[in-house]
Amino acid sequence: MSHPKAKVISANDLRAGHTVYRTATGGWSRYITQAEVITDEAEAQLHLLDAIGHATVVVGAYLVDVTQGPEGPVPVALRERFRAQGPSIQPTKQRSTPEARHVSA
Amino acid sequence: MYQHNAFDQAFLRNRNTQFRAQVERRLSGSLTEDEFKPLRLMNGVYLQLHAYMLRAAIPYGTLSADQMRVLAEVAERWDRGYGHFTTRQNIQFNWVALTDIPDILDHMETVGLHAIQTSGNCIRNTTTDALAGAAADEIADPRPYAELIRQWSTDHAEFQFLPRKFKIAITGSPDDRAAIAAHDVGLQLVEQGGEIGFRVLVGGGLGRTPMLAQELRPFLPSAELLPYLEAILSAYNLAGRRDNKYKARIKITVFEHGIDTFRQAVEDQFARIRPAYTGEDQQLLAEIAAQFTLPDLRENMAEYDATTRKVDPLYAAWAAQAVSAHKRADHASVTVALKVAGEEPGDASADQMRALADIAARYGYNELRITHSQNVVLPHVAREDLPAVHAALLRAGLAAANMGKLSDIIACPGMDYCALATARSIPLAQEIAQHFQTIGLEDEIGALNLKISGCINACGHHHLGHIGILGLDRAGAENYQITIGGHEGDSTHPAAIGEKMGPGFAYEAVVPALERLLRAYLELRNGAEETFLEAVRRLGLAPFRAALYAEVSDAA
Repeated sequence: MSHPKAKVISANDLRAGHTVYRTATGGWSRYITQAEVITDEAEAQLHLLDAIGHATVVVGAYLVDVTQGPEGPVPVALRERFRAQGPSIQPTKQRSTPEARHVSA
Repeated sequence: MYQHNAFDQAFLRNRNTQFRAQVERRLSGSLTEDEFKPLRLMNGVYLQLHAYMLRAAIPYGTLSADQMRVLAEVAERWDRGYGHFTTRQNIQFNWVALTDIPDILDHMETVGLHAIQTSGNCIRNTTTDALAGAAADEIADPRPYAELIRQWSTDHAEFQFLPRKFKIAITGSPDDRAAIAAHDVGLQLVEQGGEIGFRVLVGGGLGRTPMLAQELRPFLPSAELLPYLEAILSAYNLAGRRDNKYKARIKITVFEHGIDTFRQAVEDQFARIRPAYTGEDQQLLAEIAAQFTLPDLRENMAEYDATTRKVDPLYAAWAAQAVSAHKRADHASVTVALKVAGEEPGDASADQMRALADIAARYGYNELRITHSQNVVLPHVAREDLPAVHAALLRAGLAAANMGKLSDIIACPGMDYCALATARSIPLAQEIAQHFQTIGLEDEIGALNLKISGCINACGHHHLGHIGILGLDRAGAENYQITIGGHEGDSTHPAAIGEKMGPGFAYEAVVPALERLLRAYLELRNGAEETFLEAVRRLGLAPFRAALYAEVSDAA
């Protein structure tokens, strides 16, 4: 059941720039499905402070509102869904996406 | 074309060395993000939704074949094999790593390219008519002035921290091909009594508060360009608002003070500044201008173009759209569409960039231009070579003949890439172009300028589209407002901002709405000669509004 105040922590990888999510072990994953879902407001703030401290690993950590879907958290905001899923277009001029590079802290 | 001299080279190398050290200090933690952000922005580095984005300057839209090859190499080696050309004649690489950017900048420097002042609250890349130096209707070539402005404005100590970004555009011909009325300063080269000068416009801009530029001076002698620009910037730097980002552009300064008060402020500054210019700028301009001469155009069998048009309908259809008059009759300028229906508007693959460089080297005197409509121009091609150029473009997938038609859509990157966007632009552009091609109406509709912005910042210039589309976020869903009647301005009609038609449309409702609108136009027009915009001017907006919302009112 989705919690009304469920959140994940997102940021961008400092070096590569890609979207990352904080995992339950305090590391970072490119996949929102691996993100830690936090439902306690105080805990969310504490984990966010920890994430902001990873200043040489990620940039711009912040809280993202989510609902719990069958395959993990789904962002509420349209913009965050694009961040989680990547561009919606089927590119005709780009090389295929390189293999995801996980980051960890 | 302008060749970087030893000073330019040393300047760029020094700047790149500084930036490499700044990146290293950021990665080690010696610089915080707050400290680093303004430094990276000064070098064209943004952090977008999914990656860093590097915006490289293409000075006044002019590229050599070698420079285009280097852009292809950057795309291939450090991005996903493509680049996105923008409405300000620049190129954006959407998937670069911060750790690679110092190497990218070093590589670009080998051919005199850079990313300086492509972001930040400073004077940005000056844009010009993509047919500059070639067009038959040109009063004077705007590029030497644009290069003079580049040299004057780069690292200009007084103008590094303006209230907001500042964009200058110059057109060299009466038919404005640089959208000058939508710029902070718009310059139109004019001739008066045998003397070349500028008609100076100020205070144009789109975004959330669209305004068309107003005339500041009907005629400014060309020798007074730099002191007068400096006077405008000085007046703006003093009077421009720094308390509110959304009221900081010069258009708001001019609007709040009134054009007459602002003009007086500029003239006061001009009286102060003018005496300091004692001729060095004109000497520099003469040195720059000497590098912008026409290439040594060769004699050729120009009639081969006309005879081929008679026997090759595919070539004739392409040439009718893509070929424009050159100042020498046996040559032509060729516009290459980067808007094939179903593809991403303004994107070029590395292979296509390389093909364009090869074609420019073989047939185009090594010159290329990027247009503010996100297309590419070969400014000088011998008419004899046009069929061969067409064949080469066909092989590269670049021979679409849709210039100025519905599928020649200007679109910003939108929500698929941009951190500011509120809705998607690119897939909508793809769907619109494909739909009208599938139902076979594009050619019948004819000249039509469709522009899409994915947020209120209006990078897709939707206000100036004959049809403009603005994507917004309404309660978590994409919603698109349609405007009609916008116009960039030409020798017969001044620029105009389109009018909002009414409530927005959901993503999937946009294409059907456009079809209703354009079928209404086909019904209402006075024959095929009357364009959509002309029909709107003759009939007013009411019948078009009715068509747009016909289905909505039928259902009600």
